[in-house]
Amino acid sequence: MAQSKPQNVFAPWNDPQEKPLIRFQNVTKRFGTFTAIDNLTLDIYRREFFALLGPSGCGKTTMMRMLAGFETPTEGTILIDGVDVGPIPPNKRAVNMMFQSYALFPHLTVEDNIAFGLRRDKTDRSSIADRVSEMLRLTRLEKFAKRKPHQISGGQRQRVALARSLAKAPKLLLLDEPLGALDRKLREQTQFELMDIQEKTGTTFVIVTHDQEEAMTVASRVAVMDHGKVIQVDTPAGIYETPNSVYVADFIGDVNIIRGKAHPADGGLIRIHYAEGAEPILATPTQPVAAGQDVAFAIRPEKIVVAWEPDHSRANHARGKIIDIAYLGNISTYHLELPSGQKVSAQMTNARRLARRDFTWDDEVWLSWSDTAGVVLQD
Amino acid sequence: MNRRLTWFNATSLTLGFAFLYLPMLILIIFSFNESKLVTVWAGFSPKWYGELLRNEQFLDAAWVTLKVAALSSTLATVLGTMAAYVLVRAGRFPGRTLFSGMIYAPLVMPEVITGLSLLLLFIAIGLDRGVFTIVLAHTTFAMCYVSVVVSSRLMTFDRSLEEAALDLGCTPFEAFRLVTLPIITPAVISGWLLAFTLSLDDLVIASFASGPSSTTLPIKIFSAVRLGVSPEINALSTIMIGIVAVGVITASLVSKRAIQRQRREEVEGVRA
Ligand SMILES: Nc1ncnc2c1ncn2[C@@H]1O[C@H](COP(=O)(O)OP(=O)(O)OP(=O)(O)O)[C@@H](O)[C@H]1O
Ligand SMILES: [Mg+2]
Repeated sequence: MAQSKPQNVFAPWNDPQEKPLIRFQNVTKRFGTFTAIDNLTLDIYRREFFALLGPSGCGKTTMMRMLAGFETPTEGTILIDGVDVGPIPPNKRAVNMMFQSYALFPHLTVEDNIAFGLRRDKTDRSSIADRVSEMLRLTRLEKFAKRKPHQISGGQRQRVALARSLAKAPKLLLLDEPLGALDRKLREQTQFELMDIQEKTGTTFVIVTHDQEEAMTVASRVAVMDHGKVIQVDTPAGIYETPNSVYVADFIGDVNIIRGKAHPADGGLIRIHYAEGAEPILATPTQPVAAGQDVAFAIRPEKIVVAWEPDHSRANHARGKIIDIAYLGNISTYHLELPSGQKVSAQMTNARRLARRDFTWDDEVWLSWSDTAGVVLQD
Repeated sequence: MNRRLTWFNATSLTLGFAFLYLPMLILIIFSFNESKLVTVWAGFSPKWYGELLRNEQFLDAAWVTLKVAALSSTLATVLGTMAAYVLVRAGRFPGRTLFSGMIYAPLVMPEVITGLSLLLLFIAIGLDRGVFTIVLAHTTFAMCYVSVVVSSRLMTFDRSLEEAALDLGCTPFEAFRLVTLPIITPAVISGWLLAFTLSLDDLVIASFASGPSSTTLPIKIFSAVRLGVSPEINALSTIMIGIVAVGVITASLVSKRAIQRQRREEVEGVRA
């Protein structure tokens, strides 16, 4: 968890001395009457691996296009390295972008596509050739160097687009869903390559992804967006463990949302009454909660223990009936129904072979979780 | 589906083609007529082709026509491509509708009016009529055909390719030269060929814009025919039919193949 990390960890956003590389200041972008980006204020620091996450159409590509210089903000300013980039055209920005649609040049070979940006810089021939073959090796495209884009597969095309944007080693790299078309294994390898490149070159990455796991693996921070607004910016662990809203909790990973009314209890804790006759949930709020306030209790499935007996080392217990079991090899997910009718899912690792086969459909079991296992959200 | 020709289809096809090509066929046959009389067949002979080569006037006119066609189609291609690019790319600027309307208007304008207005202009600015004025006149009316052909290609052109080029450090002009132009080349070539053939067979505008020192082949033929059709004219026309046919067939083959290839590339690109 973010709080328990050692002090020397990379966290420039906590350092008031640190100057951001990118600063969005009250940026709004409208297309006609439609607001694609809504009063966005955001800092991204040097050497970050910043992930943008959000549903389709929430404005991720638009944000990148403004950084690359293809769209100008309707209001507000964007600073890169402290300079207002408003008047700077795309070809004068030390920013490279990998397009969601790849935008490979159809009349050039894979090799020439990758070399395209290098040739614009009047670099000498042999160093261009070296760089291109390095990129081909990195993206495992050596065999396809002489082919045209229409002669290779979708995943290979995606890698060409990636190689082309990486070739110039810019100080800021914008990747719009760079790995979506790759199979799992290749995607993981490429993720590590990207992190490695970043380690070596100190490039700042802004990456759009629909894959939460990817965001969690590679990102230093994640921004969760919705309808042109950034809802929460935090480290992957922060987003996962302390979401600031039901939207974020629900967007990242699986979560159980239990709605109820809060009542103060001893030691700053609260009791959440969520159903008639059910024992209230004891929880630790992160912010003060007024008596009788409506709250949502968000708890991840893996934080709930399923057993025949209540676990008395944990503060909360509830009876539940198993209505479905999803066996996923390493873990099993149980879908349960509480006596109040509330549906809850719980996840257990299958530490021993066939160990939990004794739970089956319609079994009455006990659910237990501690008072710090979930988050109290007010919205 | 039954794709064989029915009796009815075969008849309409024959009639249609006969209607289109019978006159030309007769012209070609009579160009090999031994006799000086155009309507009486007196045996096969290629002699009128030989006569033609010795006819200085026709050769001069042919040379002027080719020169005019090559120059004006090239100019029209440059200007038409530029206009198409501006119209498709510049987005909404004030007067865009007016501008595009004005580019396409000459397409539907009667040639006599275009020719007459050009003539008045040349007289007004005191330009001596000759090869130069014919080139200008042909450029004017051919460039709108070019811009129609090129802009229809640009409409389907993926804009993000140009953005990618800018992103990789191209100036807007370099992006055009290195990315846009190579991709739209087949359309530009068909535009050029269209302009070339239009100029080659234009009679109306050329007769307004030409001077006594310079006549194009269509003008020459037209005035010669008024004195009576000679087998020599038939021979000349046969040669022109040959040139145009070869040109049109090559052009359509070249552009068809290029367009098919690009389609394929684009479809594959979209599928990715
Ligand atoms: N040029 C444009 N004109 C009008 N609307 C636009 C334009 N570009 C984007 N939009 C709109 O702005 C919104 C944000 O688009 P954007 O491409 O940034 O979405 P996104 O977050 O990248 O989505 P996805 O995950 O599907 O790629 C969308 O609703 C889109 O329809
Ligand atoms: Mg997008």
